[in-house]
Amino acid sequence: MARQATDPIFGRLDWSVTPFDDFLAAPSIDEAVASAAAAAVPLGALAVIAVLTWKGLWGALWRDWLTTADHKRIGIMYIVLAGVMMLRAVAEGFVMRAHQVTALDGGVLSSEHFAQLFSTHGTIMIFFVATPLVTGLMNFAVPLQIGARDVAFPVLNQVSLALTASGAGLVMISLVIGQFGTGGWTMYPPYTSATFSPGPGVDYWVWAIGISGIGSTLAGLNIAVTIYKNRAPGMRFLRMPMFTWTALCTSIMMIYAFPALTVATAMMALDRTLGFHFFTNDLGGNMMQYANIFWMFGHPEVYIVVLPAYGVFSEVSSTFSAKRLYGYNSLVIATMAIAVISFTVWLHHFFTMGQGARVNAAFGIATMIIAVPTGVKVYDWMATMFRGRVRLSVPIIYLVGFFFLFVFGGLTGVVLANPTIDYQIHNSQFLVGHFHNVLIPGVIFGVLAGIHYWFPKAFGFRLHERTARVGACLWFAGFVFAFLPLYWLGLMGMPRRSATYDNPAFEPVMWVTAGGAAIVVAALGVTVWNFYASTRDRAALACPVGDPWDGRSLEWSVPAPPPAYNFYALPQVKSLDPWTIEKAEGAPYQPADAYEDIEMPRPTSLGVVIGGAAFAMGFAVTWWVWWLAGVSLAVIAGAVIARAFVQDTTRTIPAREVEAAHQKVLQQARQIRAVDRDDEIAPANLGHAAPEVPA
Amino acid sequence: MSGTAHPGLNLGASDARAHERSETPVFGFWVFLMSDLIIFGILFAHYIVMTDARAFGPGPAQLFDLKSVAAQTSLLLASSYTYGMASLAMKHRERIRPVALWLIVTAILGATFPGLELRDFANMIAEGGVPQRSGYLSALWALVGLHGLHVAVGLVWIAVMLALLAVRGLSNRTKTRLLLLGLYWHFLDLIWIGILSIVYLGGLA
Amino acid sequence: MTDARAEMRRYAIGAILSAVLTLAAFWVVLADGVARGTALWIVGAAGVAQIAVQLRCFLHIGSASKREDLHLILFSALLAGLMIGGTIWIMTSLHGRMH
Ligand code: HEM
Ligand SMILES: [Cu+2]
Repeated sequence: MARQATDPIFGRLDWSVTPFDDFLAAPSIDEAVASAAAAAVPLGALAVIAVLTWKGLWGALWRDWLTTADHKRIGIMYIVLAGVMMLRAVAEGFVMRAHQVTALDGGVLSSEHFAQLFSTHGTIMIFFVATPLVTGLMNFAVPLQIGARDVAFPVLNQVSLALTASGAGLVMISLVIGQFGTGGWTMYPPYTSATFSPGPGVDYWVWAIGISGIGSTLAGLNIAVTIYKNRAPGMRFLRMPMFTWTALCTSIMMIYAFPALTVATAMMALDRTLGFHFFTNDLGGNMMQYANIFWMFGHPEVYIVVLPAYGVFSEVSSTFSAKRLYGYNSLVIATMAIAVISFTVWLHHFFTMGQGARVNAAFGIATMIIAVPTGVKVYDWMATMFRGRVRLSVPIIYLVGFFFLFVFGGLTGVVLANPTIDYQIHNSQFLVGHFHNVLIPGVIFGVLAGIHYWFPKAFGFRLHERTARVGACLWFAGFVFAFLPLYWLGLMGMPRRSATYDNPAFEPVMWVTAGGAAIVVAALGVTVWNFYASTRDRAALACPVGDPWDGRSLEWSVPAPPPAYNFYALPQVKSLDPWTIEKAEGAPYQPADAYEDIEMPRPTSLGVVIGGAAFAMGFAVTWWVWWLAGVSLAVIAGAVIARAFVQDTTRTIPAREVEAAHQKVLQQARQIRAVDRDDEIAPANLGHAAPEVPA
Repeated sequence: MSGTAHPGLNLGASDARAHERSETPVFGFWVFLMSDLIIFGILFAHYIVMTDARAFGPGPAQLFDLKSVAAQTSLLLASSYTYGMASLAMKHRERIRPVALWLIVTAILGATFPGLELRDFANMIAEGGVPQRSGYLSALWALVGLHGLHVAVGLVWIAVMLALLAVRGLSNRTKTRLLLLGLYWHFLDLIWIGILSIVYLGGLA
Repeated sequence: MTDARAEMRRYAIGAILSAVLTLAAFWVVLADGVARGTALWIVGAAGVAQIAVQLRCFLHIGSASKREDLHLILFSALLAGLMIGGTIWIMTSLHGRMH
């Protein structure tokens, strides 16, 4: 096939690459949807720019957020990024369902467009929603939980976020300039090779995923090293909060799993751009190797995103039951077991590829074994709540929803782990049911529980509890209607990724799932609305003392929001649940014996520079604008080298200042009335908890 | 303990805190290298799987020049040794000049390596052994090329360290960086042992 | 400066052992009469030994080093082994059934 012409300056870019001109040339619902989506990106960006300018917030944005090296703010930015991406991806999910209602023998969208929708939806959900959500939570909570002032490498942390954001930016811009690939979130060759998918779409995927994948590797490295090296005195491994344990295992998995993704995307890029033969179907290329390498990353990835959710559930089950976590040691062992075993099961994603039965059996058995530690965990959480004084707060509602739904999803996973069964139902809607069933009640519920749990810590005010409960219940209901019917559809033989179908029996079920998807959209709407409404009412929801839930671990001992350096004096840890012990012994909020000068990283624009250049590079290679790719690469290298010569990378906060700040906070804590749990969601809860007797 | 914990870092005697501080970057860099190891590991696995995917193109017998490979191996080993001397100079002599000299020797040995490698690549191309020729050649180029790329980055890094030595002297930060570079440089030799054994010797055995 | 002397010796030992192991590997490949299978085993063993020598003498990993480094390397070797071994197993099985 003929290669497209490449201009030396603009590469393959020209005016025909936006969806608008297709719409003008041949108006249709399909093109209208594409154009509307394409218009939403620049309009959304413009709206944000306008608001920032109008409120005069550019300086603050730059100083306090974009250039900061503060792990808390970086964590929050990860979550905001993921939230924005989630709005788009959920909308896409809904559009797909709405389309499928009409898709008996046809449908409003073209199959090409439908394919782009499930490809971007899946890609965004996995790489730019689930992954940054858990990375954000870990970033925010881990240093606070282990009594550290920041992560081990604060500036690297900023760079990791920037790389993730530039990947997200590439996916976003693909809506407006060119289009995204149609190979699903896995982008299997040879369909996605240069021969069969010549346009820029697959390249957008390759570079978005390749760049953000490197960011995730570095983020994992940072968190793991933080937990190894930055724990407060006395914080032994077996005194760490459970969330930190899961963060440790997740980050270790990131270090070892993401390189496989880097390799897979790099090889794909070489195939597509330079004509290599890794995965082609001629000259000895082997597309099976792509599936193999991709899933060496892909399977660990699902545990990477779910383990922190397990961690959140461990925290909230014990906090909101006012009980010690049941089976701490078994949870630690289960987490470690999952982390290791998840590197031995990847083949279950391609049982049908053609390898021998022995291989399939081994990986099938390993897959079934990995369900055991998760089962252990579920029992531990239930035992934690058993005979506890459980408050039905928002995180607990998510946890209960998780119990019902996730266990079901996990069981369907065990069903799929049996190769003989998988031969029948792989690539069907049954699978779509299964993975949404673990990703939504597992990851999304877990992260939402975590966000509602830590929000007051991050911002100094709680979220409206009632609205949030409505949101949680809607998520549950929406999920049930949107996804459980898919099992039936799958068993009846409806394949996944179907833009159209010819069995009229499917149609009513599609209505149900579309209705469920609408409820999910509503749930998301309520959740987002609540952020706005609670911010508006923040005075009534304030909890400056910082312990609104009668928390157990160290993050609840500091005010909300915490100072940049987290702790006025590094805590001395003597046991698990140190903050509960301190409160029970009647001695919380004490001045420290001694204060010392604190050295904190200065803000730097390194992340913005590297992220911007990485974005430009990905865009340039996608469109064959070689000079820009070279310049961007040079900028990245130059920035890294220049950084080595910068002195004064830290600023010192004198001990006197720290002490004064601490005195002020302590005084505030003494003045504010301690409330017991009956008043937990009342305005009287200013974050000073009257401790329950620890069980 | 300072002597054995970090080869070539002698902050323990003069500045215990700085020594402790270097622990974190050193450990972090080890983790980074291990992540990199996975990348190489997968490329090794891919290479092994693709050994027969030649599509009637050239194979090891036509492509490899063992003399050149032996020379490259010696160069890398020698440069690993000279880098060790740089580390020792930094640790025990605390003067810029010997450190810089050993670094320059390392860089010269190191720079000859990609020189030879490029010549090999050129010969391979002349034999028709371009990566676009077959699945096997793609795997070969990716694995050996990535190692070569790492060496090139290492050379740039050495140059930057020489500049840092000139501008900042043997400060604690510079020392820690030299230590990291040392880990990197020795690590590249380890990867090369893998390439030598699996690609070159394994291919010709 | 005995400390320095001992360390110097360690680097020298490392370099010499590495050179010897490399020569051995080259020799079995170039010598006539060594069966291919045997040669591969010897090359592999020499490679592993050389990696161990360099880890010990150049990278100072071992009993006296920080345990963390050693654990990290062993764990990484485990995972790399799983990935490499798994890949070879899967793809060989596949290959054997593709005829
Ligand atoms: C919230 C409401 C959601 C809706 C309505 C929705 C809907 C859909 C639909 C209709 C598909 C295409 C199914 C097919 O192939 O036939 C899909 C695929 C997918 N979804 Fe979702 N989804 C939602 C949330 C999520 C979440 C939270 C995640 C992950 C965290 C996720 C991950 C995926 C993935 C990975 C695919 C596969 C894409 C592919 O085929 O390559 N989804 N979803
Ligand atoms: Cu899996």
